[in-house]
Amino acid sequence: MASNKKYWKSEAELNPNDSIVEALRNNEFTEQIPVDEFLGDKENLSETATSRRDFLKYVGFSTAAATVAACEGPVHKSIPYVVQPDNIVPGVANYYATTIADGFDFASVLVKTREGRPIKIENNTYAKVNGDANARVNASVLSLYDSKRVQGPMQNGEPVEWNILDANVKAKLGSLKGSNRQIVLLTQTYASPSTDKLIAEFKAEYGDSVNHVVYDAISEDAALNAFNAAYGKRALPDYDFEKADLIVSFGADFLGDWQGGGYDSGYAKGRVPKNGKMSKHVQLEANMSLTGANADKRYPMTPTQQKIALAKLYGKLNGSNVGGGTSEVDAAVESVAAQIRKAGNKAVVVTGLNDINAQTVVLAINKLLASEAFDAENPKFVRQGDTAKVSKLVTDMNAGRVGLLIMDGVNPAYSLPNAAEFIEGVGKVDVSVSFSFNNDETAQSSQFVAAASHYLESWGDAEIKKGQYSLMQPAIRELFDTRQFQSALLNWMGSEQSYYEYIKDNWNTNLLQGGDWNKALQDGVFVPAAVTDADAEGAATVISETDEETEEVESIAPISAAVRSLVNATSQGTELVLYSKVGMGDGKQANNPWLQEFPDPISRVSWDNYVTISKADATALGLENTNVANGGLNGSYVNLTVDGTTLERVPVIIQPGQAGGTVGLSYGYGREAGMKEEMATGVNAYALYKDFSNVQSVSVEKAAGEHEFACVQLHKTLMGRGDIIKETTLEIFNTKDHHEWNPMPHVSLNHQEIPVTSPDADLWEEFDRSIGHHFNLSIDLNACTGCGACVIACHAENNVPVVGKEEIRRSRDMHWLRIDRYYSSEESFEQDNEKKEGMEGLFGDNGALGGFGEMEDASANPQVAFQPVMCQHCNHAPCETVCPVAATSHGRQGQNHMAYNRCVGTRYCANNCPYKVRRFNWFLYHDNEEFDFNMNNDLGKMVINPDVNVRSRGVMEKCSMCIQMTQKTILDAKRDGRVVKDGEFQTACSSACSSGAMVFGDVNDEHSKVSELKHDDRMYHLLEHVGTKPNVFYHVKVRNTNEA
Amino acid sequence: MKKVLYRHLFSKVLGFSLLLFSVSFYAQEEAAPTEVVAEAAGGGDPVKGKQLFNQNCAACHALDRKMTGPALANVESRLSEDEGLDKEWLYTWIKNSPGMIKSGDAYANKIYAEYNQAAMTAFPTLSNQDIDDILAYTAAPPPAPVAAAASGATAATTESGSGISNEIILGALALVFGLLVVMLILVNNTLRRIAEANGVVIEKDKADKGLPIWKAFVKNQFLVLVTAIFLLLASGYFAYGWMMQVGVDQGYAPVQPIHYSHKIHAGDNKIECKYCHSSARVSKHSGIPALNVCMNCHKSIYEYKGNPEGPSAEDVANGYTNEFYTGEIKKLYKAVGWDEENQRYTGETQPVEWVRIHNLPDFAYFNHSQHVSVAGIECQTCHGPVEEMEVMYQFAPLTMGWCINCHRETNVKMEGNEYYEAIHAELSKKYGVEELTAAMMGGLECGKCHY
Repeated sequence: MASNKKYWKSEAELNPNDSIVEALRNNEFTEQIPVDEFLGDKENLSETATSRRDFLKYVGFSTAAATVAACEGPVHKSIPYVVQPDNIVPGVANYYATTIADGFDFASVLVKTREGRPIKIENNTYAKVNGDANARVNASVLSLYDSKRVQGPMQNGEPVEWNILDANVKAKLGSLKGSNRQIVLLTQTYASPSTDKLIAEFKAEYGDSVNHVVYDAISEDAALNAFNAAYGKRALPDYDFEKADLIVSFGADFLGDWQGGGYDSGYAKGRVPKNGKMSKHVQLEANMSLTGANADKRYPMTPTQQKIALAKLYGKLNGSNVGGGTSEVDAAVESVAAQIRKAGNKAVVVTGLNDINAQTVVLAINKLLASEAFDAENPKFVRQGDTAKVSKLVTDMNAGRVGLLIMDGVNPAYSLPNAAEFIEGVGKVDVSVSFSFNNDETAQSSQFVAAASHYLESWGDAEIKKGQYSLMQPAIRELFDTRQFQSALLNWMGSEQSYYEYIKDNWNTNLLQGGDWNKALQDGVFVPAAVTDADAEGAATVISETDEETEEVESIAPISAAVRSLVNATSQGTELVLYSKVGMGDGKQANNPWLQEFPDPISRVSWDNYVTISKADATALGLENTNVANGGLNGSYVNLTVDGTTLERVPVIIQPGQAGGTVGLSYGYGREAGMKEEMATGVNAYALYKDFSNVQSVSVEKAAGEHEFACVQLHKTLMGRGDIIKETTLEIFNTKDHHEWNPMPHVSLNHQEIPVTSPDADLWEEFDRSIGHHFNLSIDLNACTGCGACVIACHAENNVPVVGKEEIRRSRDMHWLRIDRYYSSEESFEQDNEKKEGMEGLFGDNGALGGFGEMEDASANPQVAFQPVMCQHCNHAPCETVCPVAATSHGRQGQNHMAYNRCVGTRYCANNCPYKVRRFNWFLYHDNEEFDFNMNNDLGKMVINPDVNVRSRGVMEKCSMCIQMTQKTILDAKRDGRVVKDGEFQTACSSACSSGAMVFGDVNDEHSKVSELKHDDRMYHLLEHVGTKPNVFYHVKVRNTNEA
Repeated sequence: MKKVLYRHLFSKVLGFSLLLFSVSFYAQEEAAPTEVVAEAAGGGDPVKGKQLFNQNCAACHALDRKMTGPALANVESRLSEDEGLDKEWLYTWIKNSPGMIKSGDAYANKIYAEYNQAAMTAFPTLSNQDIDDILAYTAAPPPAPVAAAASGATAATTESGSGISNEIILGALALVFGLLVVMLILVNNTLRRIAEANGVVIEKDKADKGLPIWKAFVKNQFLVLVTAIFLLLASGYFAYGWMMQVGVDQGYAPVQPIHYSHKIHAGDNKIECKYCHSSARVSKHSGIPALNVCMNCHKSIYEYKGNPEGPSAEDVANGYTNEFYTGEIKKLYKAVGWDEENQRYTGETQPVEWVRIHNLPDFAYFNHSQHVSVAGIECQTCHGPVEEMEVMYQFAPLTMGWCINCHRETNVKMEGNEYYEAIHAELSKKYGVEELTAAMMGGLECGKCHY
């Protein structure tokens, strides 16, 4: 039977006159195949000596040879030390206490070294202030091995010897001594007693012409000046949020980098409900910050509204009447004021408004409240930048008043809003020297580049907080021909001393007060006895009280002026609020692939900065974010114009919680000079940082095109699935039984409801897990601030590869530990749950069809929750049962093992994992020129942890619960012949967690912390109803929603 | 084998007889000079002196060369002739050299400065008589057992002798066999002739007329099938066996940049393994000792004279002569930058690139301290008779099966280790046994070695 069916070969056949149709009919390909090009040259072909047979012979021989050669193992060389250092045993890690003080991050840390190589940063638990490493500090060890480091001094871009540089600088110093042209030291904030002393000596040596300008890329000038006016010292007050019952923050991102950061551990301690009490946190802010995300109550407000609210709050507390503002602001202020009155001296107010009036008022409020959390006696010195001096310096340079410019730890040619003017000014300086780490913008514009040492190669000290001293010691000898600024300064002053000797002298004579230098060096921190002494503290308070009295009289007038000016704050158009991202900070470590790949805790976007804008404003401007077919997130572009400066094509992220009428943009991106191509991401927000004010009036206009983001979480909301992040309020938590706010899921067995954890409900036989160690990880969702230090610590400990923006966009990120962030789609997660429960039918007001669609969108001012998720190490693991080669199996200590060498890459396990924590190696990420990150060069490979495998292509990998660490702890105990003490077992994430959210240990040890936490009422397992019986458990998040 | 044994026996007998002869010969010579020197040394006993010297002085002094301290041959006469110092000075110096340096004695300070300001240990316990004995020894050491030299010589001669005798013996044997063959043929012929003469007919083999055996084999299909299956299985077995040893380097004995003999160090001199491989106690690596560890001993052991009766013929055949070993020590000096002449480090070092013998793949984690310190396993259990290895080789296959077997069979040493107390009590109850294997402890779990 003949068929009449007609088969179309292409769309073109629809038009019978199309020339392609004719061509296709006669020819398979429409275009001529260029056979002649390679076969045309007949002469050459026939003359060649290689016949087809020869070719086959060669192929056969080389294949055989390769096969035979493959049977021979390669010869490995082992090269021992010629003279082995006493303190190094190959295979055993050494730890050194040191301090990072790069001008932006200040922290006392421990450095783990293996065979002399620093490979990881850990917290220094001896340190009372800033003993915690944040994500950037954790990642700083990789910056040591930055392949784009300046490897030796340079003159006009050509390598020179140090002695030439020295000679030039010395000659210039000599000629400028006593002249009226300036010698300028433009430096970062050191907070270092020894460096301060050294610079003072330098000034004494070269007289008045020396001008030391301290420059912070992100200025805290207003806070410093306000504190200076009130307390006579240019410093920052310290806050102990653990002591506060009520924290009110006006745009202060104190869990981020506000005033130098380091507040999260104290904050988190107060946030865990104890004896029915926890602190309450109210945040009034424009951008959705990490701090705002953790707040119990968050008011989105523009900076102008924040100023008015602050003024009114002061009025309310002070009893004076302050007018102005809108009704919304009034309501917020009323509520906050009432709560503050109730909390009394247990309340604390902070602000991140870069406005001297706002800072003055906040200081006054805290003083008025006699806030216990507020500490002005022992201020912090982590920011000392003086913007007025910086501005004057640029003018002076351009006027030719500067003869010698020495820069250290700063990159003004990138981070100044008037960078072009600065670069021009540098050109007019006779001799300019920049201590630079990369060949960055400033290095390129300077005459001399003095290759700077990393902090892990340097000596130093720091006084982070008054009376809290810490020491910096090198953990490795300089990798390259580099020098630290202080050594060079000593050299130029003609001193024979090394900076090490200088510090030691200074400490022994001035600081230690009879304390032991070696002990201080070993501990990394030193607190003089007098400070801890109760008497001394009492005396200090007395002095300050008298100060207060005298000051009060003086300060009333300026405060009322400040309040007046705050109330009268106005804004024109959209307000741009510049902020620093948790991952990138001020951009010093922009060439660090770990930090580039670190997803922002709020937006979950990596490898980019972007404009954050509220949904309403975005709709008005026609801006959108779309999820495209390949699973990536796309966003519109805008042009931002501030005062004539335009940033073009800035991608847009629609940010739930962004205050209407404001947009946000983060610093630290857009660096290009001295960077790897892949790392030169984002736009430079410093260009809009006019007058060092983080709030600017901006005009936003849509630009053409779509930006491709690398975002690791596209779904924003929980969709009412309250059992993923269990939440309750403090009131319910205190008054009701835990079955109500932390119910155990039930299943039906023979028409009887039984708890899902019951053995009857289980498919599997239960193993005996009571013998030996059984590891569990506890994660307290109340204490977790989402800071991400654990993510980077995991990177460092477990050799997690960096995959790059393109791969992240394809959802091939390799992070073993992710921190999920969820928004509520209603005002709160509770309302989400209610909405879901209340759905009836498909259509109508409560219909599921429309209802779930709505729930995909986050609220304009949502509640936010963070949840760190890593392999849950299920006792009844779904992944283990589906592996065809038994590459993943269970250990009796509770860990789900992954034998990489056994894995054949079927990925069944990843498909069967309900938590989606398994990561597949799509490529060989090391020694692969397509992935030009740290594992692609010998220098970057030095950070690799030798105790953990570097996985290859085609295998699955995942969190191992740091089995290398637990095994080591067990072995140490065996060798010493003792029992393992509680707290000894750690994972990389739990030891990096400064907030105490993550606790790891042995639940078979009845007295362990983790065992206690496991039996807490707040304990629940993620997706309990699946019956996987995980060894990671969470603690119900409790929100303090009590109004006054 | 027998032949070799015989050769040894032969050379030994030869060597022994030569030795006997030479000793008796030298013994006569020896007596006279010793007596003379003993008189000159003022009553010192050089034999006792030698013993004392080796106990107290040899770490820093040699007779004929500079070491940490000066050469001591004829030190007494040298001092009195060159410096005008008497024996009293020597007594004081030896008993309390730091005191003498402090007192400002000119020669004492000169010596102190000359030898890198390394103060000589004071020996207050030595009596004057002891010192006399030592000085007697330094003045005229009792001749080193001449046997060494003699036996060296004999060994050399026997070595060359045995080379020739080998060929001769072989030739002789071939001749004997040839003769035997000829004789057999002759006997056969003779017998045949006798048989013919007696009329005996030798029957031809009848099988010749039947089918050839291979045709019969081909015809029997069952046999063919069985054989084919057998051959397939056999080849499969051998192919599998061959493939399983790919990457298993048991017996791997690469040539090392310095010929380091474990036999001499761990065997002859009985140096404890962990003296050099000290990190095996605390680390996952056993560690190849740094060259400064070698120099702990080799600062004073500058030449090889470990075998008083000279290298055995076998050693000599392999080239392991004393000169060879001494040459290897010089290689060490070159690598570590030791200036033998001036007894100081030059600072010019040249790290030694050893060829790694035991290569575990990167995905397998092995910790030496777990096995050495905790379990108390002898190094030899895995590394074999290292003390007998002239050239180090890989003794164990280092395959996973080999690891697992041991973990299954070996009882964990738990006594006296507090860590194991609780787990031992619980596990022994669970399994109903007193001794627990590593496997029972979870030692077979993937993640214990692969992470």
